[in-house]
Order: sequence, then structure tokens, then C-alpha cells
Amino acid sequence: MILKTFKLGGVHPPENKLSSGVAIEKLPLPARIFVPVSQHLGTPAKIVVSRGDEVKTGQLLAASAGFISANIHSPATGKVFKIDEVPDQSGYKRTAVFIDTKEDIWAEGIDTSTDIVREIKLSKEEIIQRIADMGIVGLGGATFPTHVKMMVPDGKHAELLIINGVECEPYLTSDHRLMLEHGEEMLIGTSILMKALGVKKAMIGIEANKPDAIDHLTGLAKQFEGITVHALKVKYPQGGEKQLIQVLTGREVPSGKLPIETGCVVNNVGTAFAVYEAVQKNKPLIERIVTVTGNAALKPSNFRVRIGTPVQHLIDHAGGMPANLGKLVGGGPMMGKALVSPEVPIVKGSSGILLISDSTAKRVPMKHCIRCSRCVSACPMGLEPYLLQQLVEHEMWAEAESNRIMDCIECGSCQFICPSGRPLLDFIRLGKSTVGKIIRTRKN
Amino acid sequence: MDNLIIYAVVSLSAIGVTAAVLLYFVAQKFKVIEDPRIDEVEAALPNANCGGCGYAGCRAFAEAVVKAGNLEGFFCPVGGNAVMNEVAKILGVEAEEKEPLIAVLRCNGSNAHAPKKISYDGPSSCAFTHNLFAGESGCPNGCLGLGDCVAACTFDALYMDKETGLPVVVEDKCVACGACVKACPRGLFELRPKGKKSRRIYVSCMNEEKGGPARKNCTVACIGCGKCEKVCAFGAITMKNNLAYIDPYKCTLCRKCVAECPTNAILEINFPPRKPKPEVKAETPGAPAPVEAKS
Repeated sequence: MILKTFKLGGVHPPENKLSSGVAIEKLPLPARIFVPVSQHLGTPAKIVVSRGDEVKTGQLLAASAGFISANIHSPATGKVFKIDEVPDQSGYKRTAVFIDTKEDIWAEGIDTSTDIVREIKLSKEEIIQRIADMGIVGLGGATFPTHVKMMVPDGKHAELLIINGVECEPYLTSDHRLMLEHGEEMLIGTSILMKALGVKKAMIGIEANKPDAIDHLTGLAKQFEGITVHALKVKYPQGGEKQLIQVLTGREVPSGKLPIETGCVVNNVGTAFAVYEAVQKNKPLIERIVTVTGNAALKPSNFRVRIGTPVQHLIDHAGGMPANLGKLVGGGPMMGKALVSPEVPIVKGSSGILLISDSTAKRVPMKHCIRCSRCVSACPMGLEPYLLQQLVEHEMWAEAESNRIMDCIECGSCQFICPSGRPLLDFIRLGKSTVGKIIRTRKN
Repeated sequence: MDNLIIYAVVSLSAIGVTAAVLLYFVAQKFKVIEDPRIDEVEAALPNANCGGCGYAGCRAFAEAVVKAGNLEGFFCPVGGNAVMNEVAKILGVEAEEKEPLIAVLRCNGSNAHAPKKISYDGPSSCAFTHNLFAGESGCPNGCLGLGDCVAACTFDALYMDKETGLPVVVEDKCVACGACVKACPRGLFELRPKGKKSRRIYVSCMNEEKGGPARKNCTVACIGCGKCEKVCAFGAITMKNNLAYIDPYKCTLCRKCVAECPTNAILEINFPPRKPKPEVKAETPGAPAPVEAKS
């Protein structure tokens, strides 16, 4: 059988899925956790507790403060030690709630049993309200509030739900393990999302390097109406929203528009599972699955981690800090960002922690562009990265904009493939932030 | 043969004369009446085309000045008062005397004061680093030391001190055009009056964190204790977001705040050393060594 993949560009980084055979382990709570109030795209949430308060697991800590914003719940039982600033993964300070943890006492109404609840009782509106209340955001990494995604704007029509189980980033296995161990819950979550959107069809895309997950879900999906599982050819960045829509439907999202233009809504498998827990079990988003791996990792593992746990705590349980550690990366090796310290907390968008050895962590020296155009062939959005890099270097913002710099999805394929080691994505990111500012001032 | 030459000369002369007459009338019809003073003003300006006045270049500035007819809101920082007086003479108005300014770097987080905790090997530019992370020292407001300001300076008035890792303003060359102010992604440069005998006092820190976190990254950070605000008899110091600011127009250069500051975040430039306490302060990289008191 010939497997499908997206048309334009793409690269094949070594997969290195070291932890794909390791079962998800529940990580014990650390003595103190730090819960940032800005874990999602949009306005930071407004804190509703104060210093010294006793909080229960699952209690609201910070309330959504705008249309694009999300609630944040307490991941643990304990006392609010203080409300202060904590560095995020880039080292800049963000407001966070510090909690000294005790043994779990769950807030009222939360079903903590592992029984699978299959019957969907809530109506469409109630589901969306519940998703908003429970602070569900996209767990693929972009952390866009899910309830906003579910509200289809007037004049647009959703006809297909796509569940993203591609996990195209090398090393990461959190979605893979989730599909294997909580496949049925995830599929119920998918049915809930279908009901909320009012669509009859859902497609789950999984790359062919996870045959066990494909078999498992194909078997389970027979019990569910309208859900089909699709095996896809391995190619990075297939897990990109626009790429996945193109593979599964053949439709392309127009430049500068949202995926709803093609009638599709894309959600991650982690989000589908979180929706199941929120709607069927009344459980807010207070934990997620995080892979700790990397070529320097002593014991690659998959953990179920409470939000706010410091990265150091995860590394301690995954064999400790290796002696030859060169770089600590939050996220996958392609799109992740280097962490400035292991003290930063896990947030809703953290999918993995990578420990990279010092021999591989260094960048290759930058050489001249030899015009081989491998970056052009690799770009999944059909852009010309070498040109954008030079336009940004010479601060030619108008030309960069007309060459569609804002369409870049920052997948890093160009920089990965460049034989001259040019920092193409670094320049394009700088260009995107500057051009974005120019566009915003023009609109105002 | 002779005729041919005569024909050629006559016909070309005729074409020339016709064209000249035509051009004369066309030139009269489409004449651009330009104030001759624009050229005069432009000649008086330094023609550095730095953009420090806020206009695209010296010509644009000259056009704007002549159009306005007065000097309100116009100032050439490069030429200073001397040039502005000349411009005023051309326009027949009075020029307002302005105190000369100089750029100061409001960060003293040198390699010694704010040691690097992590190493960054990506593209060497402050604009990138600022977007990417807080900086190698960990201070989210401090100098990144990659020299975007040096690249922006067209007067050769800035250079990087390799030892401290901070840019240095050359006092004689800086014309306060403000290019570095715009270039720094963290807004660390400020244009301040040069002061009497080139003496200045300013808070050399922009860190708005609380005392503890600020001190963790840098030994000379302003910790927002407010001691300087209390000791200042002239109300020149204001505290905002854990950070002190000295208003240069109210400051009388009494140096009380400098002595009071527990972290040496307030710098005094070009002062003679104090007599009763011969304690040598950590000298700023932003200025030459203090003038030795002649005895």
C-alpha cells in the first residue's frame, strides 16, 4: 500500500524514538510547584487566590481574562506560598502561583476513578462550556484555547474533525504512548469534539513509524461511528496543522487564513484525551504526558506530570542529570527551544524535555550561501528561506512581507537541511516578529 | 563637398536654436520656485545625514525648517548650538540655546559584575538574542553585549570593550543623534545633558525586578531600595517599578545618592576623587577615568 504524505517539501530527520516502548509512569509530586498564569496563547489568566490560601487539587487558581484566554486550575493540594515571578523557558520572568504541596485532596465533583465513561450526556453548548471551564488548550504545543477553536465563526462551516496523532518530531513519544495506553478514552474524546462541532466525520492521522498505535486504534475505532484511522508516510513536519489537512483532505489553507476555511478543525490526541477527562470526568487540565529523552538521557521515560513541576524533578526521575549534558531543550529537537535553567516549570504546552549531549549540542559554524536551494525544496510552505534570510539581514521588511514571511510555520526544515549551517530560521523568526509588528501598527 | 559641411552646420545650428527657444519657454512654464534659503541652510548643516533631528537627512531638515520659518521643535544634535545659530541667522530668527546631550549606557553589567551563566552560539546580534531569551547573564533587562549599537553608530563614537563586554561611549565623538537609542532592543541608551564640566550622575541599571532576583544576576543592579530617593534633597530621584531614575534637570550633582547606594548602581562620571574617603569606586566603562586631582 502506498502511504500518503504532504506534497511540498519536508525532511527526514533521524527518528530516535528512544522511549516509545516505555510505559507512562505517574510522577510523584515535588515539594513545591510553580504554576504560571500564562500557559496558553492569548491574555494571561487573572489570579483568584491569594497568599496563604489552602487550595485543593483541581480548584480554580486563575480565571480566563478575555476571549482568547484559558482557566488555570491547581495541580496539587496545598498552601499558596506566594505569588511571584518565575523564569519561563527563555529566562524572562512570568507571574506564577507557588504552591507547597501536600497529599491530594480533590476538589468536589471530580471523578478520579479509572472507569471509562462512554455515554456522552452533555449537549453541544454544554460541552464547549465545559471545555472552557476546565481550561483545555491545544496540547500539541501551540496552546491555543480549545473552546475558541470549537466555536466556528459565522459564515464558516465545519465538516471534518482531524485528530493529530502524527508526532513527527524526532525523540518525542508522549502522543504515541497516550494512543496506546488511553486509546479508548481518546476516541471518546474525539466523539465529544465531533458532537461539539456538529460534524459526522473524524480522521485520525498517525505516521507509519507507530504501527502498534495504528493497529490498536483501528481496532478500537470500529466501535465508534464516523472515526477513521489513517497511516501516513513518515516525513517532517507532517504534524503541522496545514500539512495534515493537506495530506488527509487534499485541501490547502489559504495564505494568512485559518484552517476553518477548508472546513477542517484540527486537534491533538492529547487534547482529545483532555477533553474526555474534562467532559466525562469533570477533571480540569492539571496534568499532561511529558517525554524525557535525548541522546544524553540516562533513562528515557514517559511521565504523567502535574503542571508546574520543575523540569529538574523530571530529570531526577529519569536517571538524573547526565555528566555530558550540552543543552537542555523544551519540546522536540526541531522546534523546541533551549531552556536557560532546569528550574523552569512544566506548562500545558510542554511535550518533552530533551537532554542533548555536549558533542552534538553545538551549532556548526555559519558559512556562505552556496545557492544550492535545498532550503527551497525542503520548505513545506513553498517559501524561499535563503531569500527571506537575506531580506531580513538587510532589514528589507516590505520585500520580506511580499515574499510571504508570515506564512512560515517555523518548522526548521530549512535550517536542518542547509549544508552551510546558516541560521535561516533565526533570521526568519526575527523577520516575522518585526513584520508582524509593522502589520499590527498598520491595522491600528 | 564644401556645401555638405555648410548644410550640416546650418541645419544643426537651426535645430539648436529652436530647441533652445523651446527649452527656454518650457523651463519658464514648469519652473519650480524654490526658496534659496533651503540651499543656504543645507550648506550650514553638518551634512552627516544621520537622522538625529528626526528627518530623513540634512536636505529634508533644511526644507522643513525653511517651510516652518521658525526653529520651534527643530534641533540639529550634531551641529549643536553653533549650527543652529547660523540657521537662525539665515531665517532671521533667534535660536534657543540648548544644553548639549550625550548618550549614556544604563547598564553596568560587565563580565565581572554579571557573569555569564549559559553560553549562546547562535547568530551574533542583540535583536535575535533579545527575542530568544533573557541573555547569557540571566538579567532580562541588561546589556546583551553583541554590539547592535556599535553597528548603528555612524560617528564612530561607540566601541565594544572586550574586557567588560559592554559598549563604551567616546565622549568627544558622540553627537547624541540617538541612533544607538533606537538600535538597542532593550532601550538601554539614554540621551542625557552633558552637564557642567561634563560631570554626570545617573542610575546605571534598567532592571525592574525585585532586589533578590536582580542581585542574583548582577552585583551592581538597582535593587529598588529607595535610599537614594530619601537622601536626595532636590526631589530629582523617582522610584518606579523597583528602579530609580535621576532627573538630570533637577540633579545638582551633590553626589549624596552615589554614596548612599548599597549596590553602586549610581555612577558619577568625570568627578575628581573624593577627599575624605579615598575609596575608589568601580569605574564605569561608559566614561574615561576620572580626572586626577592636581595637587
